[in-house]
Amino acid sequence: MNIIVCVKQIQDPEIPLSKFKLDAEGQHVVPPEGIPPVINPYDEQAVELAVRIKEKHEGKITVLTIGDDSASPVVKHALAMGADEGIILKDPVFEDSDSFGTAYILCRAIQKTGKFDLVLCGRQAADWDEGLVGTILAEYLGSPLITLVESADFSGDRWRVKRVILDGYQIFDVPSPAVLTVSHELGPPRLPSGWGIITASKKEISFWDAQKIEADPSKMGSGASRKKLVRLFLPSRKRKGEKIEGEDPEETANRLVEKLKEAGVL
Amino acid sequence: MNGILICGELKKDRITSVSKELITTGKRLASVIDRPLDFLLIGENLGNAAAEAASLEVDRVLKAEDPKYSEFHPERLANIITAVCRKREPSIIILGQTDLGRDIAPRLAAKLGGGVCLDCVDFSYDGEKKELILTKPVYGGFALAQWAISLHLPRVVTMRPRSAEPAEHIPSHTGTIEPISIEVDESQIRSQLIETSSAEKKGINLEDAKVIVAGGGGIGGKEGFELIQELADVLSAAVGTTRVPSDENWMPKSLEIGQTGHMVSPGLYIAVGVSGAPQHMAGCTSSDIIVAINKDPQAPIFGMADYGIVGDYRDTLPILIEKLKASKE
Repeated sequence: MNIIVCVKQIQDPEIPLSKFKLDAEGQHVVPPEGIPPVINPYDEQAVELAVRIKEKHEGKITVLTIGDDSASPVVKHALAMGADEGIILKDPVFEDSDSFGTAYILCRAIQKTGKFDLVLCGRQAADWDEGLVGTILAEYLGSPLITLVESADFSGDRWRVKRVILDGYQIFDVPSPAVLTVSHELGPPRLPSGWGIITASKKEISFWDAQKIEADPSKMGSGASRKKLVRLFLPSRKRKGEKIEGEDPEETANRLVEKLKEAGVL
Repeated sequence: MNGILICGELKKDRITSVSKELITTGKRLASVIDRPLDFLLIGENLGNAAAEAASLEVDRVLKAEDPKYSEFHPERLANIITAVCRKREPSIIILGQTDLGRDIAPRLAAKLGGGVCLDCVDFSYDGEKKELILTKPVYGGFALAQWAISLHLPRVVTMRPRSAEPAEHIPSHTGTIEPISIEVDESQIRSQLIETSSAEKKGINLEDAKVIVAGGGGIGGKEGFELIQELADVLSAAVGTTRVPSDENWMPKSLEIGQTGHMVSPGLYIAVGVSGAPQHMAGCTSSDIIVAINKDPQAPIFGMADYGIVGDYRDTLPILIEKLKASKE
């Protein structure tokens, strides 16, 4: 069985608000000093699902990401969790692609890897929170798609997939090959084992460029982008941030009740 | 440039509150670009819902009725809506950022060769450049991004629940209701729906609640939520949770508030034992007043709240419950 997992390296989403800064032009987020980027948490869960499936059915897991050499730690992390092969899609023409361009590049790369049974993506990236690439990728590959997946298993030649909805769940049956976007309900991803880290450190990551995947430059990069960023800004709404204190818990509670009455919310 | 199409959603035989919000947004958009506003309903027994929508400032209600269409089957629904769009060629398609919208909007955009922006909270229109400017929260709500999309291609937009007031009935207005028939090639539907399971809702709907009491990981277990419920009862509030209580099975997942759960905007949000993780705060950031109760004075939530009490909820809540009871009498 061949499983492809698409991952993205992002700024650590767990940083405190105080470390979150924008540049003066309102075009970029300034990387927080001393905090290394991480694998997008939802993509890490996609790797986890791939490894669970491999443990049961055997097979090969290939991890794809778009980036440069600096994306290596993210790929190595996935390899240490149990993926078999890592590929970084690296080419200046890939830069600044929107979700459609990104999905196009991934689609070309997946087709280049040969036959596949399953493509896994995180449900969204915890930086731009778009939640688009997995779905567009499925359309480009012409494969059936199930989003917000909590679990998946394979039997016969079909996938039995549980997906999350707001008040419950749905079970779907889809033919292979399929594309699934993985949600956090899957559960926490495993920590790489010592052996996994050693194995991963010995593996060579491949670098593929636009020529290798025979990608059409007019379909990617900023030129092909279907929307453009006007500006980034911080929400203007300021909270009072007022600590309520009193001589004793009684007084504190009284003061809070007074404040809430004043605000007209009781 | 053609009209605007809203993809409406049903709750039993009525349209959802989010659908009414979409009509408010759609109407505002329709007036700035001066185009008609259509409202699409897909399902069975749509009579009441269609009449309700027609009374709410939409120009046309398009009604696609078929017993098969009533199940929430994203692949089939995407194909139905795509077929409608290919025929009507709307320039803007609006959905809610709901179970339906977040799944289907990107499918539509890919099938129609258009652009897409999910989870928007506001928009404006640049008439000179003929660009729609969409505002959406990014980085877990730490920042807002404005995206410009030109209207030369079909554009698919989802709006976050509570980003507009629900449209109200206008007595003088009646939109037309147009039954439409859609041919969907069933052989193109590859995913088979085996089961849908929705938890029965108890108490007040989170989205509709004026007051919400939310418990987080700091509650420490199932038992602690009894105190949360007690506080909620005094305030006629709904109970919500962060990710930890649902991951740990202290509370049902269907109560989770956050970027990937319920998006709420009550008048008062009381967060108890909640640290303030961005993905949770994204779901409650549009509350009018946020109160934080947490024993860790360093918890980030205090920076995102209007009022904070540093203390163990086991000590704080019983007293607060007493005071609230007393103040009601």
